[in-house]
This record gives sequence, C-alpha cells and structure tokens, in this order.
Amino acid sequence: MAVLLGKDTRVLVQGMTGRAGTFYTDLAMRYGSTYVAGVRPGKAGTTHLDLPVFDGVREAAEATGANASLVLVPPHKAAAAMIEAIEAGIGLVVCVTERVPVHDMLRVRAALNGSETQLVGPNSQGVLAPGLCKIGVMSTADAQPGRVGIVSRSASLTSEIVAQTTAAKLGQSTTIGVGGDPIHGIGFRRCLELFKDDPATEGVILIGEIGGSEEEAAADYLASVDYGKPVVALVVGRHAPAQRRMGHAGTLAVLGGGTADAKLRRLQEAGAVIARNADEVAGLMRKALGPA
Amino acid sequence: MDLPEYQAKEILARYGVAVPEGALARNAIEAEDRARALSCEKFAVKAQIHAGGRGLAGGVRFAATPSAVRDAADALIGTHLVTEQTGPAGEEVDRVWVEAAVDDRRSLYIAFVIDARERRAQLFGARDGGVAFEARAQSDPGLIESLELPPDGDLSGVDVAGFLDRLGLDGAAAPNAAALVAKLVRAAMETDALLVEINPLAILPDGQVVAVDAKMVIDDSALYRHPEFEDIARAAPRDSYERVARENDINFVKMDGDIGVVVNGAGLGLATNDMLIDAGGRPANFMDIRTTATSLQIARGIGVLLGDPAVRAILVNVHGGGMTVCDTVAEAICIAYSRSARKPPIVFRAAGQNAAWARRIMTDRRLPVEPFDDIGGAVRRAIALAKGAG
Repeated sequence: MAVLLGKDTRVLVQGMTGRAGTFYTDLAMRYGSTYVAGVRPGKAGTTHLDLPVFDGVREAAEATGANASLVLVPPHKAAAAMIEAIEAGIGLVVCVTERVPVHDMLRVRAALNGSETQLVGPNSQGVLAPGLCKIGVMSTADAQPGRVGIVSRSASLTSEIVAQTTAAKLGQSTTIGVGGDPIHGIGFRRCLELFKDDPATEGVILIGEIGGSEEEAAADYLASVDYGKPVVALVVGRHAPAQRRMGHAGTLAVLGGGTADAKLRRLQEAGAVIARNADEVAGLMRKALGPA
Repeated sequence: MDLPEYQAKEILARYGVAVPEGALARNAIEAEDRARALSCEKFAVKAQIHAGGRGLAGGVRFAATPSAVRDAADALIGTHLVTEQTGPAGEEVDRVWVEAAVDDRRSLYIAFVIDARERRAQLFGARDGGVAFEARAQSDPGLIESLELPPDGDLSGVDVAGFLDRLGLDGAAAPNAAALVAKLVRAAMETDALLVEINPLAILPDGQVVAVDAKMVIDDSALYRHPEFEDIARAAPRDSYERVARENDINFVKMDGDIGVVVNGAGLGLATNDMLIDAGGRPANFMDIRTTATSLQIARGIGVLLGDPAVRAILVNVHGGGMTVCDTVAEAICIAYSRSARKPPIVFRAAGQNAAWARRIMTDRRLPVEPFDDIGGAVRRAIALAKGAG
C-alpha cells in the first residue's frame, strides 16, 4: 500500500482540457491511475480523453465518485480552484501550479481550517505511489514499487533519489513533493506521521533545503515519538551564500529561516541518519534497513 | 522584489502613513539642493540599497547644514556598503535619500509579515525600535510581540488595542498607532507584500507616529496584478548576468568561482554546489533552470557562463523529470557553444528522462565533452579541468 493514495483513489483534474492538463492526465492514465473526470467551467457535458467534463468540482465528484483532485490551472486561478475542491469535500487535493501569489494561499489556508482535505502543494511535482497511482507531473520511468517513503521540497532532487533507490533495489512506497512555496499544504511533519502508520513504508527519506522551518518541525516531531523506522535526511544549501535569494529555496528565508547546517544538527539530534551529499542517500538507507 | 526605503515610504505615504519630508539625490550637489528645500534643523542622509542592516554599517549619516549634507552624500555615493545582509561584496550606493531628521528617542519596531511557520499573516511589534533591533531580536526572539491577522486583512475582529498595549503604547500615541496599523495592513494586503517593516516608528512627544525607516518585499508571483510596480521591477538593480537569466526563465546567482554550473531545479542546484565546494571546487554560479524554460532560453543562460572569462570548465548536472527533459538541456548547450568563441571543456552528467538521448546529442556534435553517470565523479573531473588538467 501507500500513503495518501490507494487502490480506491479516483482522480478528477481541474484544468484538464488545457495543454498541460491534457498531457499530464493522459500520462497518468497510461500509468494505470484511475482518473474519472475533468472540470472546466463552460464545458460541462463534453468529454475529453474519454472522460466526462463538468462545470464544477462538486458535480464532478457527485457524478463520478472522485475523491482526489489534481489542480493544473494557471496561477491566477489556482487558489479559487483549490478552495472549490476543499469546499466540495475532496479528500486529497494536489496543486502543481507554480507562482501562486502568497496572499492567495492565505485564503486557501483559511479554507482548510476545519476541513478534512489534505492539500499537497502548490508548486509541487505531486504524489506518486509506484505501480498504483500518480497524481502529478513527475516522471515515472525510474520509479519502482518498494520499501521507502520519500518526502521532499524539491522535484529535481526527488527524481534523483527515486532513481537511486530504484538502482539500490529499495524502490518507493510513496513519493510526496510538499512544494517549494512559503505557504503550502501538508508539510514534512504530517508526511512523517503518514509514513509512520504505513505498513508498506520501512524507511523514510527526507529531502530538505535551506530556509523556512519545516525541517526543524520534522526534527521536533521525530524527537517526540518512537518513530520505529529509519529516517535518512539530506538538507541542501550548506554552502549557499548567506541571505541570497536562490530559486524557491530563498523565498522561504524571508523570516530568517534556518541554515542547512542548523537543520541537519536538529535532525541528527532527533535520530535521523544524515546524508552529507545527494549521491549517498540510497546507500545510507540500504545500510539502515539491513537485508530485505 | 525588495523595495529600498524611499520606494517603501512612497507606497506607505500613499496609504496615509506619516513619513519624514525628504527627497532622492544621485550626487552630492543634488543632495545639498534637496536639503536646502527642506524646512528642518537637522538632516538625515541615507544610502538607498536593497538590504537591511544599513544603520549599523554606517549607511545613515546626520548633518546639521546643507553643506554638511553634501559632504555626507559625497562620502556615501559610489561606495560599496557591506551589511550583514548584502554578502561580502556589498551593494553599491548610487543614490541617497535626504530627509528631515526626526526625534526618534522613543520608537517601536512594527512589521507586517507572512509567517511561513504559522502559515498566516501576522503583525510583529517590539518596544524600542532602531538600528540594533534585528541583532537583539535574534538573541531574544521573545521580545517580539505578534498578532494574528485574518487572510483578508479585516481588522474588525482583531485586538489591535491589546497588541499596542503590550508594546507599551498609551495616551495620545495609542489611537495614532492604531490608525497606523490599519494603514499598514491595508497597504500590505493591497500590494501583495510579503513583508512591510517600519523600524523605527518614532513616537513624537505629542503622540504623533512617524515611519522613520521602512522596507518592503513584494511577492514576485503577484506582480502580474500590479502594473504600478512595473517600473520599479524593471529598474531593480541586478547584475547583468542575473538579468539575462531571469528574462530566460532561469534562476541564477553569480558566485566568484571558475566552474560554470548548469543544473535544473533549485534543490539539485543547491546539492550540486554543496558537493562541488565540499570537494574543493569553486562554482562560478548557482543555476536553477525553471521547468518552463525552452532550449533557446537555456542557451542564453549558458551563454552568460561562456562569456565569463573566469569560467574554465562547465559542469552539467541534469536530472530529467516530468517537465524538463535532458535533451532540452543538451540542445541548449549545443546552441550556446555554436555561438561562443570560448569553448571550455564540459563535464556532462545526465540522468532520468531522455538521458541517453541527451548524451548522444552531446557526443555527436563534437563538443569538448566528457560524460559521467555519477555526480561525484563529474564533480571531481570538473574540479580537475578547472585546475588545468587536460
């Protein structure tokens, strides 16, 4: 099994009829995921990729039993799309859109209060349970069903670590991109909780970056429980020049976020195995897990 | 987008926040003229840079006469101001703000922040604002009071009075500060600000509150709905490398090494530079090719590296994913090399989507390329090449 996704996950796509929506929906269906509907205001009653299209999320969910949504709409419409899915009671909402205004995300966070929805993203590559279901835009070429859960702030590093863990014959239970924006949905801590309770996940790889405080919150959580599974942590940006803006990593440093070294220290004190470099992550996990 | 003091104050003034009377000057003579037009007895001459920590670094001078203002401006303009936020190279001062000095013996720190830890907007405040505030707040974060704000900035259900009371405000200053908070929050909400910091906020003997210094950060992702910031965004001082890269959907930060680094993704970019520096190498840059960049755009970014005489080797580390595939980057390298007289050796490490195809493109074009499968090997080879190994 996996976290967030399962055999009964039925996905609708907000923005399915656009170019990106068409491309990624098609890829995900070819991978074997169960996609059941598209949402595009004004196109109700039509079909696209052989799926029915609806005006709104609520109608789509009621008609098709969809319980997850992939949000693939332009930045200026992304917050409204997420809020619509949250208000329709969709259990899992994955937003891959980049450059969603931060103030819009404040409204999305408010909509999440008191709801049951788990939001992943925005600016996330998505969630993948190899061999089972893909909600996102990541490549599946190097993924393989397996023993390791991966949670990351970086899409490119996730690809790298997925390939490494496949080459090391560990495979992945689920990979989750929490997204690179300062205000987003579920974070490292929540993902660690999910992986702890997942019988298919034997160990967790956490890929962090300079800035923000997600890694510190993850360390506090690990220190507060008997986690029972090895956690290997890589935090990149140890040598990034201080206070410089660096892609999405630096955006998170607005409030004087933690250095990579400080994050690594906290994670190590909390019992995580520390990977100094990106190319030793799978090896450390294999050692920590022992023979299969 | 970071706004220097004078632009932040201009925006705040539009929302009714009281700021000292002042004007911008680009040279010493202009500064003296500006001072003569102000009706005050003491002047402040302030370097305009896009970083904080200015006061402690000597970027603010006081002067009693317009000719002293000229001397102060002369001493500041053209220098590189190094503060704890600029990095060791500092930031060149090309303009100063000349304003009426304000009695800030009594002052506060007050700020609107997007607090990623709490995932909401907050007001921060502290008694005794001023230059050393940031250092003091770092050693004792407990001295900052905070107030949660709703996502729409509606203050009707928010206990602003209680917050100001915790900052020690009373008497005539309290209602003035409450009015300031309303203006500050409205300005932040309507401009998509990630940060609006007023420090110090002077409290005058008669209870008036004046924003003596201000700093704003506007969310780049929201600039599309703020045409009023277009001119500011265009004029933002960025070195030419970063400007070219930005126009081509690449995040780029110039560093002072000799190995040009070509990477897709911020995380992989940071990881690659960590490994390079650990192994004794010196990256010439940080690069994060955005998922939307085309091969022509990437080629322009690589062209920037080829045009840098310090770059002695190029290290490519690409992991093809669902959005950027390896052959796009390979094509970009070919285009950039065909346009450049300088052709430094390339260490090419590609993995993931279309990696084999990308390697084939590179070797077919007869570029000075050495392919690698692992990052560690590629990093070590790039360092050796930059040191002159053949």
